[in-house]
Amino acid sequence: MSTLAIDKAGPSRKVKYGSMSRDRAWALRWSYFFLVLFAIFFLTPPVYMLITSLKSSAEISAATNPWWVFHPTLSNYVELLTSNQFLRFFWNSSIVSLAVVLVTMLISVPAAFALARMKFWGSTTLATGVFLTYLIPDSLLFIPLFKMLALVQDYTGITLLNRWYVLLFIYPTLTVPFCTWIMIGYFASIPKELDEAALIDGASWLQTLTRIFIPVALPGLIAATIFAFTVSWAQFLYPLVFTTSVDQLVLPVGITTTLIKGDVFNWGQIMTGALLGAAPPLIIYAFLMDYYIAGLTAGATKG
Amino acid sequence: MADVALRKVVKRYDDVEAVRGIDLDIADHEFIVLVGPSGCGKSTTLRMIAGLEDISDGDIMIGGDIVNDVPPKDRDIAMVFQNYALYPHMTVAENMSFGLRLKHYPKAEIKARVTEAARLLDITDLIDRKPKQLSGGQRQRVAMGRAIVRNPKVFLFDEPLSNLDAKLRVQMRIEIKKVHQKVRTTTVYVTHDQVEAMTLADRVVVMNKGRIEQIGTPNELYHKPATRFVAGFIGSPAMNFIPCRLEDAGGTLQIRLTDRIAFALPPARAARYNALPRTDKLLLGIRPEHLTESHAHFGPGVETFETVLDVTEPMGMETLVYFGLDGTPICGRVDPNAGAKDGAPMRLAMDLNNMHLLNEATGVVL
Repeated sequence: MSTLAIDKAGPSRKVKYGSMSRDRAWALRWSYFFLVLFAIFFLTPPVYMLITSLKSSAEISAATNPWWVFHPTLSNYVELLTSNQFLRFFWNSSIVSLAVVLVTMLISVPAAFALARMKFWGSTTLATGVFLTYLIPDSLLFIPLFKMLALVQDYTGITLLNRWYVLLFIYPTLTVPFCTWIMIGYFASIPKELDEAALIDGASWLQTLTRIFIPVALPGLIAATIFAFTVSWAQFLYPLVFTTSVDQLVLPVGITTTLIKGDVFNWGQIMTGALLGAAPPLIIYAFLMDYYIAGLTAGATKG
Repeated sequence: MADVALRKVVKRYDDVEAVRGIDLDIADHEFIVLVGPSGCGKSTTLRMIAGLEDISDGDIMIGGDIVNDVPPKDRDIAMVFQNYALYPHMTVAENMSFGLRLKHYPKAEIKARVTEAARLLDITDLIDRKPKQLSGGQRQRVAMGRAIVRNPKVFLFDEPLSNLDAKLRVQMRIEIKKVHQKVRTTTVYVTHDQVEAMTLADRVVVMNKGRIEQIGTPNELYHKPATRFVAGFIGSPAMNFIPCRLEDAGGTLQIRLTDRIAFALPPARAARYNALPRTDKLLLGIRPEHLTESHAHFGPGVETFETVLDVTEPMGMETLVYFGLDGTPICGRVDPNAGAKDGAPMRLAMDLNNMHLLNEATGVVL
């Protein structure tokens, strides 16, 4: 019956906590404190947007508590979602973003594979160079880019400026360098023996890329996809400069140019549009995060 | 299946010559082991045969054809890597069939080959698992399975057992030998473990500093090493090397180890070494098992001497004894019941019929 005796003695004995657990408890308290602080800080604007989007124009301009909805209405949502203009912006944004993701991946993945694996003269320098181009801010680039495209338009007669598809040429200057850089990192972490095994098994470089590297580096690919999509979706400066006609606008520019008329701000619809515009990246994140699990290479080698 | 030949193969990295002109003929069905310390060029040689490294000079032939510029996939070889290199996103069956699927083999044939290889390697139950669900030994079996299903001309093994624990290593060693007895594919196997080399190989290639020191069957290397390097590398504990010189004493040739100890050489040895200059600095090479406890009756050529043991290591079936002769550390193997004790005096016997005599300067076995 010795076990019984221990069971009885257990709770009555005064337990001394080690410094480890005390440290841990404090660390947890501090982390919760800061996490709550950050959550409040970052969630306040969207909450304010949601509150405002549910108000009528009259209530917004009335001097009531701005943090409360007294007469909730969906009129802003109904108006926007039935407006052809808004749906057009949404459509343009979707097409542009998805196409840019596609273009970016088609360029970045093979480029990263070549830079990470096929050792050729200058490959290391080129890899660093790719990343450096990402560091040039778009506010510096848009004027020369505009001149370049204007020149192309003059010489070839192909209308590029003020067309939504011009963004397909512009956005990749932002997304390709960064995505290539991410993918180089992921590809470089794949053990060299894996492609050697594939080469010996009879795979060509392209087959090694498509059948080994892409599946194994899927988390990296997803990270790059999310990045490319988010950058394209949220880009403001380039579409503002390169597209002007209402039917060519993407969502961020469309909302600000059509819902602000002179000094009249249609706050309810601006907030509604911004909220609706923020939804697709959130959905993409939620959907892809399930697949974004690290450690897919586990089991390849001894590890 | 095919023979493999290397003709004056050289590998240079910038200024460093990793492999310095290797000539090697590997017969069909043969199991060749390349062995040597790290940095001796054995893995580089294997990778050149695989086509994973370009060769700087010379020729490599597989089945009589020069393959210098043939890419790995067209050399019809299969390779097993030290860290297994399994495709992590594929099941065991998919891993094994990857090469066949790339070559568009019929599905039925692929299935038959995978099933057969899995049966051979005793991994039939694991066929639908992912590599991460397997233990180290199982992963290595799958890696071997991937090589076997291809039915290639040549198997290449790059230190396949180095990542396994000691017990599993012994088990897999036997496994590899069994597999080779069944499939009879020409095999080149790289290891730094001389025990693996001795147990697996038809012939062992001992490499050192980018050159081949000696090629021979395990027994040849053990009993007739050509150089000091081979003599010291093959065998555990290693061969003892005792500085010595030859001298004539009353019409017989004797070998002097220290001022006190000199032994008359057995007639066969005396005849072999008689022509050597008496002034040469020589080394007596003697394996620990030829330094045993002294008995009353010994055949000719066995000489006894008295020494004081430094350390003894009881191994169970034998006891290793360590002592010094004029500062040279020496290891002997005695019977566990011979009464060897740390720091105690002991009379030992040296079997000169199994001695080797080396030139100290050149390291050549005379």
